[in-house]
Amino acid sequence: MIKVSNLYKSFGKVQAVRGISFAARDGEVTGLLGPNGAGKTTTLRMLYSLLPPHAGEIEVDGLNPIRDALAIKRNLGVVPDNRGLYNRLTARENIRYFGELHGMSHDSIRERLEDFARRLNMADFMDRRCEGFSQGQRVKVAIARAMVHQPRTVLLDEPSNGLDVMSTRELRKYILTLKGAGHCIVLSTHIMQEVAALCDRIVIIAGGVIAAEGTPPALLARTGRASLEDAFVDLIGTDEGLLA
Amino acid sequence: MNGILVVFRKEIIESLRDRKATFNSLLLGPLLFPLLFLGLAWFGISMQQERAEKPLRIPVVGAEHAPNLVAWLEEQGMERLPAVENPEEMVRRNDAEAIIRIPAGFGEDWQAGRPAPIEIIADPSRRETSVTINRVKGLVQGYSGQIGSLRLQLRGVSPELARPIRMVDVDLSTPKSRGMMVMIFLPYILMLTAFVGGLHLAMDSTAGEKERRSLEPLFLNPAPRWRIMCGKMLATTCFGFASLALTLISFRLTLPFLPIDQLGIELRISTQSIFTILLVIAPVTLLAAALLTLLASFARSYKEAQSYMGLVILIPVIPSMLFMTNPVKPETDIMWIPLFSQNLLIGEIVRGEAVPAVWLLASAGGTLALGLALAFIAANLYNRAGLIYSGMSG
Repeated sequence: MIKVSNLYKSFGKVQAVRGISFAARDGEVTGLLGPNGAGKTTTLRMLYSLLPPHAGEIEVDGLNPIRDALAIKRNLGVVPDNRGLYNRLTARENIRYFGELHGMSHDSIRERLEDFARRLNMADFMDRRCEGFSQGQRVKVAIARAMVHQPRTVLLDEPSNGLDVMSTRELRKYILTLKGAGHCIVLSTHIMQEVAALCDRIVIIAGGVIAAEGTPPALLARTGRASLEDAFVDLIGTDEGLLA
Repeated sequence: MNGILVVFRKEIIESLRDRKATFNSLLLGPLLFPLLFLGLAWFGISMQQERAEKPLRIPVVGAEHAPNLVAWLEEQGMERLPAVENPEEMVRRNDAEAIIRIPAGFGEDWQAGRPAPIEIIADPSRRETSVTINRVKGLVQGYSGQIGSLRLQLRGVSPELARPIRMVDVDLSTPKSRGMMVMIFLPYILMLTAFVGGLHLAMDSTAGEKERRSLEPLFLNPAPRWRIMCGKMLATTCFGFASLALTLISFRLTLPFLPIDQLGIELRISTQSIFTILLVIAPVTLLAAALLTLLASFARSYKEAQSYMGLVILIPVIPSMLFMTNPVKPETDIMWIPLFSQNLLIGEIVRGEAVPAVWLLASAGGTLALGLALAFIAANLYNRAGLIYSGMSG
């Protein structure tokens, strides 16, 4: 469960986030939808405690990302927009490294690795070095690395960027499994289809503020449009920076 | 604590898999430095010998003004070259190392018993000519002394009267301590190795990770950042130490091949001395790792880090340069100063002196203290958000 109220963040003179509030519930996928540069990544970085907000409150399962940074990290799985894999390590070593940093035992890490190999279909490249991996393989490693300690809350920044159709399908299936298991999932995206296929709630961000928030049917009803895309264009006034 | 070990192990594995970097930091130094050292020493020694033994071939201008002197010089083995038009120009162009010019008034002064002038035209700022110049001067002085003694004897005076003082050199330098003069570069090379060995790892594991954006997910783990930093710093230390140890071993193996027996120099470093030197410099590898990590976390990119590193490798040079031009006596007070103390201690060990334990402790203590202080600053840098997101747009 994530609660965000009245969040502000600026870099020098640029105000990236100007008063964002929303909530993300357990067992739901919440989508932060917005054009490039809307403030999605900045918001996520504040959620996962690497960037302190200038004003506003964040609560992740009742914890504050700045005051309880270490406690929050134990229950948070993050896939940043730059996957940041170690190219000279194998997929297995990448995942194991993070498991060890979480203080997990060797046995439980091995169990998780077997699980990932099956569920994310990673067996073929588990012991290859990440150098030269396809985008799809990289995202899988990044997700496995983020999920190795079975966090309750999952944050994904543009997870399907650069993925082919097959990988996108696998990724969506995995996210829906997580949702079914009761995880709280927040993903940022600028791809409409992703929102339509995955999200229970949509938070539309543009220019650092929230343009609209609600379930897809509610957003459609509010704008009187038949498709999410039209609704979105109505709500932020432009379709710039979006992918259908 | 286990966060530190986890990071340490990963950095070591990752670095060892980077073949080029491993070769550069672990093998290049140990292979190159002793070779360079051997080559330079061999070259220097043989050049000196060649100059000291090859026949002197000196142009003489105005030989007709002092035929006896010239005949004597030739008798001593100097080969006289014909007079040249413009001796100054010739020396300036480095066509001759030295030229003797005997002015027209030589004979007149000689006859009158006044010191007769003779000019040695040379350019001592060309250091390679110093052996030749000294040999020419020595010959002329020899003639001058001989004639002076004869003149006194002719007048019934003992030549001894003109030499109130007889200087005697009592040379206490042993073949071993003379070896030290050849060894003046050793501390410098070893200190440099301690710095350079971990250089690549420090840059790659901090500035490099930042550039490849893997620092962000790494900091999402519940390990305190100072532990992550310590792991990286220890890995850097480890590479520096390994590089140092390999260089010392390689020196131990190659030194016996230095052609120095001819110079009356004994240069043997026992295996035990090698160990002592390794122990003396070991704290420097930590200091170097802390400094490198600190600088690497300042840098926004690998490139920027590289530009700082050029300056870093000048640091171990400073004490060596200072001591080369301005030798200092080893004392307990100096032993607290990092890098300076190691420089002096290596010198003492190579000379075969017994080194007081207090010096070793002071040296290690001072160096470790500075290293830990730098590590502390680096740890604080690691805690800033700017470390990950500097140079990025939000």
